[in-house]
Amino acid sequence: MIEWFTWTQVAVASLAGALCVILGLVGRKPNDLTIGSLALVELLLIAQVVVGVVAPFVGNRPSGSLLEFWVYLVSAALLPIAAAGWALVERSRWSTVILGVAALAVAVMVARMWQIWTVQGA
Amino acid sequence: MADAMTPSSHAHAPARNTRISGVGRLLVVVYGILALAATGRTAVQIIERFDQAPVAFTLSGLSALVYIVATISLVARGSAWYRVAWAAISFELIGVLVIGTITLVAPDLLGAGTGSPFGRTSTVWTVYGAGYLFVPLVLPILGLWYLAKHRPAPVPLDDAA
Repeated sequence: MIEWFTWTQVAVASLAGALCVILGLVGRKPNDLTIGSLALVELLLIAQVVVGVVAPFVGNRPSGSLLEFWVYLVSAALLPIAAAGWALVERSRWSTVILGVAALAVAVMVARMWQIWTVQGA
Repeated sequence: MADAMTPSSHAHAPARNTRISGVGRLLVVVYGILALAATGRTAVQIIERFDQAPVAFTLSGLSALVYIVATISLVARGSAWYRVAWAAISFELIGVLVIGTITLVAPDLLGAGTGSPFGRTSTVWTVYGAGYLFVPLVLPILGLWYLAKHRPAPVPLDDAA
């Protein structure tokens, strides 16, 4: 993993999460802004998938479990898609909150992925 | 501004035909995420290093299953599923309290290193779910509260949709 890119993802996902939770709680239905923020999170995760594939071949090897890393990454990449799908099916304020919760979960998972990638020893 | 794009009929037809509505859907989503997280982690632990802490990993697997059952039972309708939801969520609360206490008081009882919430052998329930921001501790309480507030209607509504 690339450190600055990791923390960029955590920051973007946290901001998107806070934005969606707040807008949802004040009663906004899912809109272009909130769905768009999740789309940005997803885009970064797809880039992370590419980074995850390429990194070990260019000398950027994980010291932790690669399998565990991929389980987290694939799970994280599914969340924005599932939440956005839900938001399109059910247009209520709670769907906006759900978008936010999904983004916050992605932020936590990306931070965990960094720990897994860089873990020291067994 | 976004409401301009929403068909006006939606705003006046609140969907109340399922047991789960409003904030309950949020609960289901958080359960779903936790089920996904617990299942993924357990799968890795059991595939890669089951021999390091068999008891802890078996518990992880059990907790993952219970989260999946709880998620389904919250979505499914009917009084039978309602009872399943009660059982699954009560089991979770007991699990997180018992395992949380064991891992806090006797960190190595379930295997070396199982007392660390961020360790390679920890479970979802280790130290009351500290590795998952204590969500596993708070969620069953919210779940039981939600179930108590939303008993299934004695006469089922005609909601084949």
